[in-house]
Amino acid sequence: MRFRLAAHYPYLIAGGLLVAAIGVAQAPAHAADAGFVAKIANFAFAPPTITVHAGGAVTWTNADDDPHTVYADNGAFKSQALDTGDSFTQTFANPGVYSYHCSLHPYMVGKVVVQR
Amino acid sequence: MADRPLLTPVEDGLIGRRGMLKCMAWAGTGVLWTVSGGVASSVLASEASAAATAAFSFVQISDTHVGFNKAANPDPIATLHEAIAQVKALPQQPAFVLHTGDISHLSKPEQFDTADQILKDLGVPVFHVPGEHDTLDEGNGKVYLDRYGAMTKAKGTGWYSFDHGGVHFIALVNVVGLKGGGSGSLGPEQVQWLADDVANLRSSTPIVVFAHMPLWDVYTPWGWGTSDAPAAFEHLKRFGSVTVLNGHIHQVTQKVEGNVAFHTGRSTAYPQPAPGAAASPGPLTVPAGELHSVLGVRDIRVVRGQHDLAITDQTLAASA
Repeated sequence: MRFRLAAHYPYLIAGGLLVAAIGVAQAPAHAADAGFVAKIANFAFAPPTITVHAGGAVTWTNADDDPHTVYADNGAFKSQALDTGDSFTQTFANPGVYSYHCSLHPYMVGKVVVQR
Repeated sequence: MADRPLLTPVEDGLIGRRGMLKCMAWAGTGVLWTVSGGVASSVLASEASAAATAAFSFVQISDTHVGFNKAANPDPIATLHEAIAQVKALPQQPAFVLHTGDISHLSKPEQFDTADQILKDLGVPVFHVPGEHDTLDEGNGKVYLDRYGAMTKAKGTGWYSFDHGGVHFIALVNVVGLKGGGSGSLGPEQVQWLADDVANLRSSTPIVVFAHMPLWDVYTPWGWGTSDAPAAFEHLKRFGSVTVLNGHIHQVTQKVEGNVAFHTGRSTAYPQPAPGAAASPGPLTVPAGELHSVLGVRDIRVVRGQHDLAITDQTLAASA
């Protein structure tokens, strides 16, 4: 796992900056909004950690030639299989940390931090 | 050729030029693995084939991915047809075929329908285990189980066993209910079933285990393994001959550990990179003209009275 953390360190920084910018510039997203734009590429969720405000949404789009899913570790939400170019949007009503993985390739993991 | 034992071209003076070329191509690409008492040795197929008269043979097909349509292979249905033609051209016809999962690409009923229709051409029973691409339905594999479970009286998420010619075959499912951060998983219920399943077998019974994901750690950063496989193999360590066949990684690798020989097989649809050789394990696009040399099927012959399994990996290029 050390290998994966190292590989994604730049994404962590980039993701953090992006979240900070959105936090300042935007009002809480509506349920219908795509919200935070995340991608699935090279068998990884990018960025691996996403921070949104309660009521905000995250949309993942699969850029790989293999299908993936966005599957909450606790089963609270799950996407259908996302083929190349498919997207999945999940709205987060309550604050908390939501860990998720790809059910086809469970070594692919990410988390959404929902703030008040 | 269908009813003849496999002979080298030199020894078999009766085969035609076309058949001879086919045999030469087959011998040239095939490496025969003989597994006896935990010691594996490889010899060229052409050297060993004359001596071995198999009691029966079976074939492994894997990762047909019906529904895939990307650059790595825009037409996996065509390559599946070629794979089946190659099996039907084998000198000794298999008693049955083991499909080690990822029948479909997206678990869609029409993809299973198409695969079943094509596999029917083999004319022999096909025994399935699910891959993670076969359990993407809302019921996490219910569609697969409804379709394939009855034939084998499958338990749980689809595991079962059967006997043929004195060999005990065990089908395991390691693609359902996977936990975040992990790899393949069998689960305690299936491991207990395995313990019960083999409890009354003599230790001299040859065992063949087949599953989709590798049952040993091929490459952990890509999840190419099964986290609780060691718990399962505890129940198999008293057996003198255990052969493990799986797919998932779309390439041939082998490992021998004690009396257990592990083999991953090729896909009939598209290749994947060697461990760590690319940014991800996604479908690998090879240069034009090279696809057939990285796809293939596997022929396994059971040698009477020896508990040996002679395994030959054959690429689709061998019959081209």
